[in-house]
Amino acid sequence: MIEQLQLLGNQTRGSFAKLGRGTLFLLQTLTGIGSVIPRPRLLLNQLYSVGVLSFLIITISGLFVGMVLSLQGYYTLSDFGAEASLGLMVATSLVRELGPVVSALLFAGRAGSALTAEIGLMKATEQLSGMEMMAVDPIQRIIAPRFLAGLIAMPLLAGLFSAIGILGGQLVGSGLLGVDDGAYWAQMQAKIDFQGDIVNGIIKSLTFGFVTTWIALFEGYDATPTAEGVSRATTRTVVNSAFSVLGLDFILTALMFGDD
Amino acid sequence: MSHSPTQDTLVGLFVALGIASLFFLAFQASNLSAYAEHDTYTLTARFENSGGLKVKSPVSAAGVKIGQVIAITFDPKTYDSVVKMHIDSQYNTFPDDTTASIFTAGLLGEQYVNLEAGGSEIILKDQDKIEITQSAIILEKAIGQFLFKAAEEKK
Amino acid sequence: MDYFLPRMDTFVSNQNSLVSVRDLSFSRGTKIIFDNVSLDFERGKITAIMGPSGTGKTTLLKLIGGQLHPAQGTILVDGENVHQLPRKQLFQFRKRIGMLFQSGALLTDMNVYDNVAFPLREHTHLPESMIRSLVLMKLQAVGLRGAKDFMPNELSGGMARRVALARAIALDPMMILYDEPFTGQDPISMGVLVHLIKSLNSALGLTSIIVSHDVHETSAIADYIYVLADGKIIGQGTPDAIRQSSSAWIQQFMTGTADGPVHFHYPAKDYLDDLLLSGKRY
Repeated sequence: MIEQLQLLGNQTRGSFAKLGRGTLFLLQTLTGIGSVIPRPRLLLNQLYSVGVLSFLIITISGLFVGMVLSLQGYYTLSDFGAEASLGLMVATSLVRELGPVVSALLFAGRAGSALTAEIGLMKATEQLSGMEMMAVDPIQRIIAPRFLAGLIAMPLLAGLFSAIGILGGQLVGSGLLGVDDGAYWAQMQAKIDFQGDIVNGIIKSLTFGFVTTWIALFEGYDATPTAEGVSRATTRTVVNSAFSVLGLDFILTALMFGDD
Repeated sequence: MSHSPTQDTLVGLFVALGIASLFFLAFQASNLSAYAEHDTYTLTARFENSGGLKVKSPVSAAGVKIGQVIAITFDPKTYDSVVKMHIDSQYNTFPDDTTASIFTAGLLGEQYVNLEAGGSEIILKDQDKIEITQSAIILEKAIGQFLFKAAEEKK
Repeated sequence: MDYFLPRMDTFVSNQNSLVSVRDLSFSRGTKIIFDNVSLDFERGKITAIMGPSGTGKTTLLKLIGGQLHPAQGTILVDGENVHQLPRKQLFQFRKRIGMLFQSGALLTDMNVYDNVAFPLREHTHLPESMIRSLVLMKLQAVGLRGAKDFMPNELSGGMARRVALARAIALDPMMILYDEPFTGQDPISMGVLVHLIKSLNSALGLTSIIVSHDVHETSAIADYIYVLADGKIIGQGTPDAIRQSSSAWIQQFMTGTADGPVHFHYPAKDYLDDLLLSGKRY
């Protein structure tokens, strides 16, 4: 019994210590962002590996999610004779929830895990330490550009996901199910609110980008510098990102869409 | 620091597409175009009951959207609902005996204001009032009346 | 072993030392890595720190470079107390020292040329043409000018270390710290590295600190050797003096005998008892 309590206490202390290290790391990263701005080349390279390389998985997933939403939505809506609201339903689900959330989950799996593995391996092969000894701060040189790239790429990817999903939904809706094209768009345009839906969706995806990139970079930076340590850290990135994204999504949804 | 022109092009393309998709969402899939202040004029109508009408509910005529509701207030003196709406200035030929009614789009759809022109020669201008109005049909009331009538007839 | 310090040579004088470590103590968890150790590294010389694996030799280099903080004691490098420097000055100070990591620590996402150019690009505003000349000079010095377009994963271990060496001397440092430069090298690249360390030291007027457990190579080029074990200095002197040391421990280390003061067996309970217990669950 005492032993179990001890174990629990030990783990609690461990996770608090990690939280502290993570916060410190975040603060250092945020102050390091200033040094990225005069060197856009660093950011550009990271936007490539974080953004461009995630482009395909995001757009293809967005297309299929939109098509499935349209198909499933149609069956339910047609029971009430409300097929005309199909566009509205697809767009609301995508812009408010699925766009930011699913693209953040895919982002964590595609780009987050790669970031963790990269940073972890740089640590294991003494590259970070080597940089420090060359009087180059790895937080400024390595971490900050990646963080900024994640922050910029995430809303763009979520936007792409939603836009392609809406087009995919229209493809199925008017092409396959015979919903009126005009109604698909008109209902959407009438009911999707720019501030309430689109802007809130972008805020969500920015938040998710912030959190997943932070988790990915910190897990890499904090990884035990061995092959096993890096692989564990990569797993933790995906799991922790998923939990954080879904948990935060609940909180943000409650805050944003509570009234109305 | 390995970089190539192709890589830069792809990053540029990615950012451009991403921004384009956000613009697409804003202008094609949302009501942002309604925010854009194209020229409008304001009309007011008093309803006995404005039902489920909301701010931003559409105002239409003959099924075409011509404006939107911008404010709904309660008048404590007359116990009326005062609905203010913005009408696109291109539709400035409504006569002063126009009827404003609150209709429901479909059985479960949203409520909207419908304007039906009359035959008067005098045209409504900015800040004018629509005199003839027809309130929203409240489902409970309608059903209640129907049941009441049915019971009367049975007697 | 207390204060058994066979001082066989007196050529270490404090005035002439670039790095002086005083009363250094450092521990990791409950394991004591250094226990009140004092060392001096003379300007322009190659000083080696030897000792079995796990005695904290690499830790010492990290302490000198200011990456780790000692529990006690001071480290003066060129008159500056490394661990009291504010962050900015610490980074300035690090520009004046080069470090060669065991793995080379080349940045894997850029080629050999860019790796050597890295410190120059980060710390100077030289035009690219001048950087090119400097990089080619440094690569020429380590004999790898022909490999400038290779990526780090295309290099052998020895070549990677030579590139890292070229990078370490890119900013013309006053001192280079070598972390196990000979480990895992074939005889030829070992010979190349020995030659390089020696010739760079005299050609560039550097001070070198080598951490190693490769007895022959290290004693071939070192001017002075410290032998560390169990957090203490157990011997110091010129290579010849060390070789002739009367300490049985040093003799075992230098000649590589399996059994001696350092036992072949890790401490364990009685062998026979252990064997007889093997049938039972314990």
